[in-house]
Amino acid sequence: MTPATVIIGTFGAAPIIWSLIISFQNDNGLSSSAPFAGLRNYRAIAHDPVVTQAIGHTLVYTVLFVPLTMVVGLFLAVAMNRKLRFMWVYRTAAYATMAISTISEALVFIWLFDPSYGIVNYFFSLLGIPQQQFLNSPSEALYVIVVMTIWGWSGFAVVIYLAALQGIPQDLTEAAAIDGCGAVARFRRITLPLLSPASLFLAVWLTINALQLFDEVYLSTQGGPLGATTVLVYYLYEQAFVNFNFGYASAIAYLLFVVILVITAIQFRVGRRFTYYRS
Amino acid sequence: MTAVTAAMAGRKSRWPFSPWHLVLIPATIVLLFPFAWLIVTSVETPAEALHFPPDLTPHVIRFSNYSAALGAAPFGRFFFNSAVVAVTTVLCNLVLCALAGYAFARFRFFGRTALFIVMMATLMVPFQVTMIPQFIITKWIGVNLLAGAGIGHIGALIVPNAATAFGVFFLRQFFRTLPIEYEEAARVDGASRLAVLLRVVLPLSAPALATLAALTFLDSWNNFLWPLIAINSTNASTLPLGLATFQGAHSTEWTLLMAGNVMSLAPMMVVFLIAQRYFVRSVAATGLTGT
Repeated sequence: MTPATVIIGTFGAAPIIWSLIISFQNDNGLSSSAPFAGLRNYRAIAHDPVVTQAIGHTLVYTVLFVPLTMVVGLFLAVAMNRKLRFMWVYRTAAYATMAISTISEALVFIWLFDPSYGIVNYFFSLLGIPQQQFLNSPSEALYVIVVMTIWGWSGFAVVIYLAALQGIPQDLTEAAAIDGCGAVARFRRITLPLLSPASLFLAVWLTINALQLFDEVYLSTQGGPLGATTVLVYYLYEQAFVNFNFGYASAIAYLLFVVILVITAIQFRVGRRFTYYRS
Repeated sequence: MTAVTAAMAGRKSRWPFSPWHLVLIPATIVLLFPFAWLIVTSVETPAEALHFPPDLTPHVIRFSNYSAALGAAPFGRFFFNSAVVAVTTVLCNLVLCALAGYAFARFRFFGRTALFIVMMATLMVPFQVTMIPQFIITKWIGVNLLAGAGIGHIGALIVPNAATAFGVFFLRQFFRTLPIEYEEAARVDGASRLAVLLRVVLPLSAPALATLAALTFLDSWNNFLWPLIAINSTNASTLPLGLATFQGAHSTEWTLLMAGNVMSLAPMMVVFLIAQRYFVRSVAATGLTGT
């Protein structure tokens, strides 16, 4: 028994079973004994409109955030995959987003998107777009969070795609160019398929993180306005550490776990069909 | 550059510079703009910051917001806590994950496969599933075993992350790629297993250890949810938690908030810029192991 297995067992493995047990209890986190509740927590989830909404917000967020981040990352990585003057400036600018914490990132974006004094509304006014309420608006807040997290994750996506692009042997694209294959066709027929393992990895990784969105919501909207940004993990946090409904929160955590497992499994299943491994 | 790409590049020579700059410059401006605006706001007066339409340049550069932010919240303390937690977590992970990773890579012992599967299972489970029991366990440890590792102390941020399944798995995979002959030769010469690990295996593993260190450091430094749950005082707050609390208390004082934000992100930014290659290679490695 190494110390590492003790720590991982105590804080990683045992809590998996323990939280499953808690999810069948009426645990309020304060009293020492928790009465057995059977499936009551899970039945309550099925009838809780906030859970349904939270799942909806989480899925909308994920469906927007994951592909957009991948497209931004791919675009930047392709542009940066060449020898140019000042390339180190461009790359450093993209990488720098990896060094900023989610809290710092959210705080900057709350200010950029401030309805009264924010600079985004100023840019909008220059373009003749009316002033927006952004994070104060139930119909816009979630999209502002999508924008800030795309910015925050773009550096990560660039690093992954750039590493994959640099692994593509030049003779493949050159041979296609000699055969008269245009730049667009080369990109679609050669580069994209060879990037597919990196794309699958990014899709899975970003999705897992998107489904666990919390920090930005906590700082910028606290789930509001009018519950418009209450995502699953934010609701779970509120139930667990604001209301101290440990039993109910654990049941939601297991729901989240199942959602992540199912979506990841689908991604791997579908991804396998489109993924090309050279070796 | 081979002949073909040279010919393709030559064809575009009617441009005085590569057209890709026309794509990259606007993209870089968008990427850097939040940083720039953050810094601009942090040296403005409140009247300038709350002026609409905004002035794109501050009239006078002044640092009084920084001293005001330092007076309102102990950012030095937050930085110290973050640094202690991150450095200790990295060191613990390097030592503990190397020991366990080596055991899983090279030793045959009863239950090895079962133990390994359990360990891998924890990698798949989101933190939100384990955080409630982790909170209860940490609280119990603080009351019964070691106060400094209990809820409200920075030890609570270190102990649960002192070894990670990712670290053990990552190093095990790396150790298995090393040629076993060196280790066998050292054993024949009478070296103990620990000596083999310290003198033979670890010196060959510097790139993997560096990657693990970089990833663990970034994770620990930016972690928010667990500190939010486990820490309940300003004194024990890390930078993200301290900054979030600071924002809660001064939510409309933008110049103050941005000065605090600059102080919160500057240390990591400096470390990152100095060791950029090393961080980037580490993050790229997660992609390569994942695919």
